[in-house]
Amino acid sequence: MQTKRAMILVSNDPESIRLGANDLIKNLTEALTAYDLQNEVEISTLSNIGTSNILPLVVVYPEATVYGPVKAADARFLVEEHLYKGRIATDLVAPPKQLSGNIGWLRAHKGYNPAEQRIVLERAGRIDPENIEEFIAENGYQALGKALSEMTPEQVIETIEKSGLQGRGGAGFPTGRKWKFVRMAKGEKKYVICNADESEPGTFKDRIVLEGDPHTILEAMTIAGYALGADEGYIYIRGEYGLAYRRLQHAIEQAEEYGFLGNNIFNTDFNFHIHLHAGAGAYVCGEETALIESIEGKRGEPRARPPYPVTHGLWNKPTLVNNVETLANIPAIIRNGAEWYRSFGTPSSPGTKVYTIMGNVNFSGVIEVPMGITLREVINIYAKGMKPGSMLRIAQTGGSSGSIIPASLQDTPMDFESFRKAGVSLGSGALLICDQNTCIVDLVKVLLQFFRFESCGKCTPCRVGTQRAYEIVERISQGKGKLEELDVLISLAQEMERTSNCGLGQTAAVPIRDMLKHFRTETEAHILLGSCPAGKCEMLPEVEHV
Amino acid sequence: MIAPTIECDVAVIVKEAIEKHGAARDALIPILSEINHALGYIPAEAFQEVCKQLNAQEEHTYVSKSQLFSLASFYDMLCTKPRGRHVIKFCENAPCHVVGAKAVWDSLCEALDLQNGETTPDKKWTLVTTSCLGLCSVGPVVLIDDDLHGNVTPDQIDEILARYE
Repeated sequence: MQTKRAMILVSNDPESIRLGANDLIKNLTEALTAYDLQNEVEISTLSNIGTSNILPLVVVYPEATVYGPVKAADARFLVEEHLYKGRIATDLVAPPKQLSGNIGWLRAHKGYNPAEQRIVLERAGRIDPENIEEFIAENGYQALGKALSEMTPEQVIETIEKSGLQGRGGAGFPTGRKWKFVRMAKGEKKYVICNADESEPGTFKDRIVLEGDPHTILEAMTIAGYALGADEGYIYIRGEYGLAYRRLQHAIEQAEEYGFLGNNIFNTDFNFHIHLHAGAGAYVCGEETALIESIEGKRGEPRARPPYPVTHGLWNKPTLVNNVETLANIPAIIRNGAEWYRSFGTPSSPGTKVYTIMGNVNFSGVIEVPMGITLREVINIYAKGMKPGSMLRIAQTGGSSGSIIPASLQDTPMDFESFRKAGVSLGSGALLICDQNTCIVDLVKVLLQFFRFESCGKCTPCRVGTQRAYEIVERISQGKGKLEELDVLISLAQEMERTSNCGLGQTAAVPIRDMLKHFRTETEAHILLGSCPAGKCEMLPEVEHV
Repeated sequence: MIAPTIECDVAVIVKEAIEKHGAARDALIPILSEINHALGYIPAEAFQEVCKQLNAQEEHTYVSKSQLFSLASFYDMLCTKPRGRHVIKFCENAPCHVVGAKAVWDSLCEALDLQNGETTPDKKWTLVTTSCLGLCSVGPVVLIDDDLHGNVTPDQIDEILARYE
């Protein structure tokens, strides 16, 4: 049997045939003969891929490049470019937005899940993170070169603003606007900080980027430095991420050696230096002002805001703080433009989102998909369904500071706007999927234990509130709660949300609120019946009063 | 990690940490981390030594012992009391909890006869709970010194513990 080096698949469903698929196949065959490739390349058909806007469709393997719509007249050009000259015929490539749903699986064999769309994780897992040359070969530092040689700082910021990129750390603040604020802030000295203090329970997306593609972060921070007029940057990485720390350290040395970092970058008069700063174990340091305090060698206690870090940040100078995932989007946006970026996701939340999936599902891990897919899709397609015997009961989106939602909300599109409307937080992108054996009271108890442990203790609502709330929920879980204590819980939650100094205390209220909003019956069952419907909580025996 | 029973020259460790990280304010936490790593905890004389050496530098901001202690007591990875030869960190957060961490924890406590934060009388083990370590796809997670043990079930505990001297 002769081995072929490539394979062309052409869609030949009725719709494609109506649009000229048969002529296309004929022309492709002729073109292959014309370039004497008929023995190296095979043509076959895709039976029926369902409806699509890009028919007729051509897929060329082994690259799994999807072209469409392809006219019969394009056949020769496609063969010449892709199969004869060996480069992708860019003009004919299908728009990325179309590559989801029923045609996404065409790319599945490349190690991606169907419809997965990788921008942030584009290189992670594919290149040697300790070899800068592999990074450069994959368009690395191209965006930095483009920004420094072809764009003004204003143009860089404008591109980011137009792309509609929103902060991926949890709050979803428009990145371009933040950059603009720092650019406009008064002062000679400015700082760029990468927030790599990823401590949100269930979140490890940033670790994957830092361990798999550390140079992306350096490139993005340097671009930010150029755009804002800063010459110094810090990466604040959590102390537990030893491997990521070592890889970043190595990447910084290599980048300096190659002239992508340091003085006179790309032979311009632009200088930028990056310091690597390891934390020492404190969840609250992921809050940007606490992080700044920690770099300054103090306890990581959040500052009162305003003033915000964009004007009074590190050492009281204007400072940009961006999350790892946010930064990892920057080089691709600069390289390909804002329009390209907007072709992913939804109009109000462009781009992709990296999610970490875990819990009672068949596949745990990390995926990157366009904004706006639903939880049902995530569970059924990417997580390969619930574990045998498991049924979706509770899902937690966005880690401990995210929301707890019942199964009935699993069809809400996951983008910033739709979630905001539904009163749900997208948070950091952690998706904890729980089955019928998970008790809501038990889960909330674990979350509150986390918050009372991690509260920095600076402000009273959070320090005392998390402790009191924990005690009440613990009593409920032991079957010793009282109905009126639910009202106390609600007022505690309200006060924590209203008066806490930072996000930690404010979001500690969320699980309490969600528990009583979506799972009140189950909670009350603990109190009124003294039993746990999920069979999880250990009820303390009734003490007899003498 | 050097076993805390071995006499170590605190002054040398502090000197090396300062040489590595500098004497500026933003070096304080890295210096303390370095000492903690070398000794397993930060003894009182180390605070004294850091103050002495930093305040002797030409360009410095004054550092007091209480300041250093406030840092060491705030950050989870810094410790002011001696610990056992091996430190077991157990993730107690929701992602591990949902996939059965409680049973693993109970099994650990029983095998070592320890409660959270305690050290065995022979100074071999210290057992502590920790917040999420970012290894959630393989929960429940147990971290012993720098070794990760993932997808742990209660019946694996004895076998895992037996691997440590």
